[in-house]
Amino acid sequence: MALELWKGNEAIAEAAVRAGCRYFFGYPITPQNEIPEYMARRLPEVGGCFLQAESELAAINMVYGASGAGGRVMTSSSSPGISLKQEGITYMAGAELPAVIVNVMRGGPGLGTIQPAQGDYYQATRGGGNGDYRLVVLAPNTIQEAADLMQEAFDIADLYRNPVMLLADGMIGQMMEPLEWRSPSPRPLPPKNWAATGLQGRDTHRIINSLFIDPVECEQHNLRLQEKYREMEQRELRFEERGCQDAEVLFVAYGTPSRIVMSAIDRLATRKIRAGLFRPVTVWPFPYERLGQLAASPSVRAVITVELSAGQMLDDVRIAVEGRKPVSLVGHTGGVVPTPHEIEAAALAALGR
Amino acid sequence: MTVIYQKSTALTDRELHYCPGCSHGIIHKLVAETLEELNLTDRAIGICPVGCSVFAYDYFVCDMLEAAHGRAPAVATGVKRVHPDAPVFTYQGDGDLASIGMGEILHAAVRGEKITTIFVNNTTYGMTGGQMAPTTLVGQRTTTSPFGRDPAHCGGPVRMAELIGTVDGTAYAERVAVYDIPRLLQAKRAIRTAFELQLQGAGFTFVEVLASCPTNWGMTPLEAAARVRDEMVPVFPLGVVRDIRKEEAQ
Amino acid sequence: MAVQILFDQDRCKGCELCTAVCPRGVIRIDSAVTNRKGYHPAAAAEPDRCVACGNCARICPDSIITVIRL
Repeated sequence: MALELWKGNEAIAEAAVRAGCRYFFGYPITPQNEIPEYMARRLPEVGGCFLQAESELAAINMVYGASGAGGRVMTSSSSPGISLKQEGITYMAGAELPAVIVNVMRGGPGLGTIQPAQGDYYQATRGGGNGDYRLVVLAPNTIQEAADLMQEAFDIADLYRNPVMLLADGMIGQMMEPLEWRSPSPRPLPPKNWAATGLQGRDTHRIINSLFIDPVECEQHNLRLQEKYREMEQRELRFEERGCQDAEVLFVAYGTPSRIVMSAIDRLATRKIRAGLFRPVTVWPFPYERLGQLAASPSVRAVITVELSAGQMLDDVRIAVEGRKPVSLVGHTGGVVPTPHEIEAAALAALGR
Repeated sequence: MTVIYQKSTALTDRELHYCPGCSHGIIHKLVAETLEELNLTDRAIGICPVGCSVFAYDYFVCDMLEAAHGRAPAVATGVKRVHPDAPVFTYQGDGDLASIGMGEILHAAVRGEKITTIFVNNTTYGMTGGQMAPTTLVGQRTTTSPFGRDPAHCGGPVRMAELIGTVDGTAYAERVAVYDIPRLLQAKRAIRTAFELQLQGAGFTFVEVLASCPTNWGMTPLEAAARVRDEMVPVFPLGVVRDIRKEEAQ
Repeated sequence: MAVQILFDQDRCKGCELCTAVCPRGVIRIDSAVTNRKGYHPAAAAEPDRCVACGNCARICPDSIITVIRL
């Protein structure tokens, strides 16, 4: 198939429609506005429904309702809007409702800036709202990958009855790249025999709910959720390794910074320094074990995370490395993006050169 | 042999957790009887709030969703957009609807969302122990207005039926009560009309029910019923605030 | 008029709303009985006077009253 030039946000929206998404509820916020704008035009063409909500709170609770009613549904927002959506996300995790939530991250805290950032890593990977829960968090670094991951995002959500987050930075949302529309291979999924559809002849009613007032019942519910999260950790882990064998410097980066790291690796190669990139594609579950193995390899002298934050994934990298190698950070906030030169310099410093 | 009255088949066999004389039980019945009489039990989808009626999902026979505090109209919107032909209703109290959920309820009305909202106004937060609500009467003592609600400090009671009635998307808004049989029968008619108009696609439909909370008011159920009549009705007048059929007829 | 007023007495919470809406004073709280919830339940003290209006059942918040005209 031919390559087409697509803007990230629009590619994400089109990929969602191709993945069977038929309901979208959202609220405007930069830099993700092309997603709701695209959906407003596109969903009516496939018999779906786009609705602009009065707030992010309403939008995510509309998602809760549509998902509870059995619809394939998504929302998108950017950092401050995702904070508002945490209420609905924790309720969906508690009520075990599938949905896809796209976060096109911008700089924070507060209003911050509309430029790309990755400061929502903790929020995305630690649940984000109240209670013990997790989302599968997919972090693409190209528009092709963002589009490819949408089918998976919806399928993972349905398979585990759990919200899934697509975590993109503003760069992925705003830039244009060539893209090939690949035929997605949907996973076999169980029927939604839990959805509130109206009885339609059923004897027992279905209840969508996250309330378990009895402490023992609530803990049993939590234990079941935890079992599900362990299963996700086993089955949904994704990562990419580039030149990690025999690397002296092991970079860890996701999203846009991982692409800048590749340029830094090329620069280091001209100095005969072998550097590799370890890129988590799922930032939850995080590939602790594989990263730990790579970091332990004798060639590695330094591990460097490159993030558009003050160092959040850094914690996970340290957990994975377990103190076996020095771990350092190239971090920028507020929409500032590191240059390959800066990353190269950090590698040289880490090697004592 | 004629059955004059028996429990609605749209209610489950579950015993209600409400306090003695609480109006929730009566209002549940009216909703259930309406579903049964209009033959909607098999299609209806209900959304319950956070508050005393949080467990309403255990009491209605139809499919139910439990919403976050105040968000029932947003959840109902999502449900309705997936099942446009299903009768969808929210059942909400005054803390849920008129305080934290003010945005969601008003915008459901603004969109003319084809749902029915049953709004139970008992002038207090029952579940959390009788705190001040947006509908608390001036001078009413609650656990968070211990000297009586002072409008100079925190405003006066909000009249939701009137507020909702000003919105173009509202097809029907009425305030009713259940403190005696004539009022109760009128409440039932209002709920029935609201569901019928929803099914006709007329727009957003809203029934505010004045309710008693004997426990948090510190009254017997009979004293509480009298308080609804004597103190609440003068502030929250009963009657139809908006009926799109009358406007269209003119 | 032959009327049966059936009370699911163990579910009664003794709120007395039914006693207030009965036009004939048929229903009273039976203080001789304590049900499993610990309440004195409502009962038909003078069933012969019942006119089968159903008001008691209609207002009962816990739906424990059934009225049947024989």
